Amino acid sequence: MSLLNNLIIGVSLGSIYAIIALGYTMVYGIAKMLNFAHGDVIMVGAFVSFFAAGSFGLPPVVGLLLAMAVCTLLGITIERLAYKPLRQAPSLAVLITAIGVSYLLQNGAQILWGAATKTFTPILEGQLSLAGGQITVTYVAILAVVCCLVVMVCLTLFTGKTKLGKAMRACSEDKGAAQLMGINVDSTISMTFAIGSALAALAGVLMCSAYPVLSPTTGALSGIRAFTAAVFGGIGSIPGAFLGGILLGIIETFAKAYISTSLSDAVVFGVLIVVLLVKPAGLLGKYVPEKV
Amino acid sequence: MKKLGTQKRTSLNGLINYAIVIGAYVLLRVLMGAGLLSNSLQSVLVPACCYMVMAVSLNLVVGISGELSLGHAGFMSLGAFSGIVAAVALQNLVPFAPLRLAAAMVIGALFGALGGFVVGVPVLRLRGDYLAIVTLAFGQIIQNIIMVLYVGVDAKGIHVTTDSARLVLAEGGTAIVKGPMGAVGAPKLATFTAGAALLLVTLFVAQNLVNSRSGRAILALRDNRIAAESVGIPAGKYKLMAFVTSAALAGAAGALFGLNYSSTVASKFNFNTSILVLVFVVLGGLGNIRGSMVAAALLYVLPELLRGFNIAEYRMLVYAVILILVMLFTNNPTLQGFFGGVRERLFQKAPEGTVKGGGANE
Repeated sequence: MSLLNNLIIGVSLGSIYAIIALGYTMVYGIAKMLNFAHGDVIMVGAFVSFFAAGSFGLPPVVGLLLAMAVCTLLGITIERLAYKPLRQAPSLAVLITAIGVSYLLQNGAQILWGAATKTFTPILEGQLSLAGGQITVTYVAILAVVCCLVVMVCLTLFTGKTKLGKAMRACSEDKGAAQLMGINVDSTISMTFAIGSALAALAGVLMCSAYPVLSPTTGALSGIRAFTAAVFGGIGSIPGAFLGGILLGIIETFAKAYISTSLSDAVVFGVLIVVLLVKPAGLLGKYVPEKV
Repeated sequence: MKKLGTQKRTSLNGLINYAIVIGAYVLLRVLMGAGLLSNSLQSVLVPACCYMVMAVSLNLVVGISGELSLGHAGFMSLGAFSGIVAAVALQNLVPFAPLRLAAAMVIGALFGALGGFVVGVPVLRLRGDYLAIVTLAFGQIIQNIIMVLYVGVDAKGIHVTTDSARLVLAEGGTAIVKGPMGAVGAPKLATFTAGAALLLVTLFVAQNLVNSRSGRAILALRDNRIAAESVGIPAGKYKLMAFVTSAALAGAAGALFGLNYSSTVASKFNFNTSILVLVFVVLGGLGNIRGSMVAAALLYVLPELLRGFNIAEYRMLVYAVILILVMLFTNNPTLQGFFGGVRERLFQKAPEGTVKGGGANE
């Protein structure tokens, strides 16, 4: 039964990773950049929701929506100010800029809200007992899985059916050709950042509800883990991010439960390395050979 | 991309680098002797040397070999902990402190090289961003493993275990690395002289590697891998050479760094440290060894000096903003044109002047 319990914890943690990884993967797919500031957008989202509920007494759903709105704006602003001027720059310059933005968000949050760890009030309390109390599932865990599935389905439909979604895919394949076809590349990229950041806010609130501690560095490590998940599944691929996130969550939980709590990171990253050596483009990624 | 100058020009460039290091060393020694250097400034000299070595060595991978590595601090960590263990273990065997420090740095370099080899062989098959994420993962793994290691030394030799209860030492033995607490009670052997010497050795290794036949092969692979391979340059061998050399130098820097403090924790060498060094390399100029050195010295020492003021709270915020602005101004064509014009009229200097210009009096 503990196996099943761990599996449930793993899947719900994985769902949160998957939501973050979706943001990473979409931005990577279209802008071909590693957005290291993504993890800190998660933190900002969680803080907005924390203050909405704590200081203004707003209902959790309103807090969540507010967090998503703020992060969407934040994402668009970051893209406009920091990344857009570097569209033609070498990727390393963009990477360093993203790191700068990440530092800026972390230290800005530290000055605004203090470095001390805060206790986050979960947006949903309570848990479900199954099989005579042997299996317990928190409502937050269920919510995380449901959110992840909904997001996944919506994104798949969005990129597959809508005009904007198709524009996104076109941009990620060939920006020049997309522009010639009359697609506004800049606004498409902004849109991608907006969606990614809104998802980050959602993930931030879910994560802080499941693990109720919040500090300016909260997002950093989960950002790296989610990024790992995105690479694991094949960066740039939406189903890949989903699969990578869920698998990463399960591996991490199992490593914590059955190997060693302190070695769980080593196990997660070890699995990542092995997967990349066997499948260099991730589980569902496409390997594109270089043409001469 | 930086063009390769003539043989004469490159060797002159190398000599200037040595001269800068020796000049700065002599100048700082004189200042120290005259009592003009504050304690806080004196205490950052050794770590500054370590970070300069780190930056030059990372430049070998990122700038010269063209592969993005986000786990350079992992090699530093390997070097630091193996160096500390070596320094304690050799306590009785080599009583002369500078020699023991040198031995510790050599052992740190060996462990760094070993780590570089183990990571490099499989990982250098990957390209671009995947290589970056694997090096990042590697850095995390090293950090994680050292956090659960317990190492002790006694008359019988060195004991390594992952369980604190199983670390049973004979009488007179000392526990050196204690899991999450890191290395405690390490001898503080590091000196500024050793730091300057290590920096000179690093420059010697890096510059001779770049200007050798192998170095030209590495540069060719960076500029066009397919073309280089088609004329018979084995990509794996030369990429690995740059990677292992860089890891070895990072290991030596780590050993020096570890022996500068009485206690060292594994989390000191985390992802942020790798990023810090990468920032030095990028701001100093990819492939530019002197640039890495000067950027590391300035960017490490300046924030440390700002610690004392009441703007300490905003220190990292300012750092982040400057980082973003420098990237924007040096990489955006419109801004570059605009500010280039303004600067020409004001200072008649190149855009990188903000970072490099101050280096003359270092």
